Amino acid sequence: MSNLGKTLSSSLGKKLVMGITGLFLVSFLLVHCAVNALIFLNDGGESFNRGAEFMGTNPLIRLMEIVLFAGIIWHIVQALVLTMQNKKARSVQYAAYTGNANSKWYARSMGLLGTLILMFLIIHLKHFWVVSRMTDEITSGRETLFGEMKEVFESPVVVFLYVLSMFSLAYHLLHGFQSAFQTLGFNHKKYTPTIQKIGVIFSIVIPTLFALMPIAIYLGIIQ
Amino acid sequence: MSGNMNLTLKIWRQKNGNVQGELVTYPVKNISPDMSFLEMFDVLNEQLISEGKEPIAFDHDCREGICGMCSMFINGRAHGPKEGVTTCQLHMRSFKDGDTIVVEPWRATAFPVVKDLVVDRSAFDRVIAAGGFISANTGNSQDANALPISKFNADTAFDAAACIGCGACVATCKNASAMLFVSAKVSQLALLPQGQPERYRRVQSMVAQMDSEGFGNCTNTGACEAECPKGISISNIARMNRDYFAAKICKEEEVN
Repeated sequence: MSNLGKTLSSSLGKKLVMGITGLFLVSFLLVHCAVNALIFLNDGGESFNRGAEFMGTNPLIRLMEIVLFAGIIWHIVQALVLTMQNKKARSVQYAAYTGNANSKWYARSMGLLGTLILMFLIIHLKHFWVVSRMTDEITSGRETLFGEMKEVFESPVVVFLYVLSMFSLAYHLLHGFQSAFQTLGFNHKKYTPTIQKIGVIFSIVIPTLFALMPIAIYLGIIQ
Repeated sequence: MSGNMNLTLKIWRQKNGNVQGELVTYPVKNISPDMSFLEMFDVLNEQLISEGKEPIAFDHDCREGICGMCSMFINGRAHGPKEGVTTCQLHMRSFKDGDTIVVEPWRATAFPVVKDLVVDRSAFDRVIAAGGFISANTGNSQDANALPISKFNADTAFDAAACIGCGACVATCKNASAMLFVSAKVSQLALLPQGQPERYRRVQSMVAQMDSEGFGNCTNTGACEAECPKGISISNIARMNRDYFAAKICKEEEVN
């Protein structure tokens, strides 16, 4: 195996991949949230549609979309490999295990939270990505992405599902954000508390903004 | 004596590594709150011997909290409910009359059960043998203070060196990962001038050995740090990661 291959297949290498892809997905969330937050301007979706058009046509962004999908898949596949190894590392389970005494439930449940996010992601891609990239609904001008949003969020079930999924995302980020820095070797008296604070703020603000979007559209606050 | 307790113990019994084990219930009576947890086990074993039964095998040695020999996963926690103590330093006053206490061996594929509560922790020895040392040539001893060491580094290295290799980190980690142990052993030498010549070779060899022993992977839950009887910090894991990635990216020396 090549040097890089050996490094990335070691325990620390696999963790490195989780951390780097995780932080890359964090940067995606930031961009995604910023563009979507344009709907809060309440200008009938005009700014948002312009933003969406830019994201859909700019060649650099389109290229990054491929990198993004690769990043998501790598994050998931690596997580599966790690989880299987971790299960094998304890073949006989404890009869009594008081995990809450020494760690947070969401830190121990990253796999479960990630699976919930993946299930949401599939539904979410079907709602928006498939419509805007795989059909000519939007490019032909028959429909705008904002119009699509209003249509999808007419259903209270969908709105509830979206909001619920943002809780999974929030808790996944609450552990993942600071955990990625620890894995990359950034642990320092001077700046680790700041990283942890930014992580908490990010994990609350971004999912809250995302959750407010379907709620605001469903309630008709955004027209 | 007043204040003495009657307890119900559920203890893992397993004849050897090749057979299935099970939790067996034992009542113990008249236990003094001043006894250590291991002394309570001595009482139980005396009782078992007088009944003509096989006593429970468990690891112990110094009984003063420094050797790292005693293990035991007590009521779902490594070394029991107290923080910063080994099982020998856990006293029965931490329990109440009538309590049921579940006692299991460390659970990790890399720590196979030898008998009852005794597990084979030689995987740790092999990790140390892979690089957890400095190579010192023989000869006259050096002048004292020939190698200046900052107070801060000396203290941090000492904090890492406090690791007694008990395996509580592996036992408590949801992934049975040994990274706290390995990172402490990497750090105690990486922080000192004597450790520098082999610093990057060491971290690569020790991580490779850790991986081949079948320990799990760290997910940064921090459980190891919370359960460590010596309070080893997970900042050591970050240091190990830094050194490992630096070695893999920047160093040309071939390791394994």
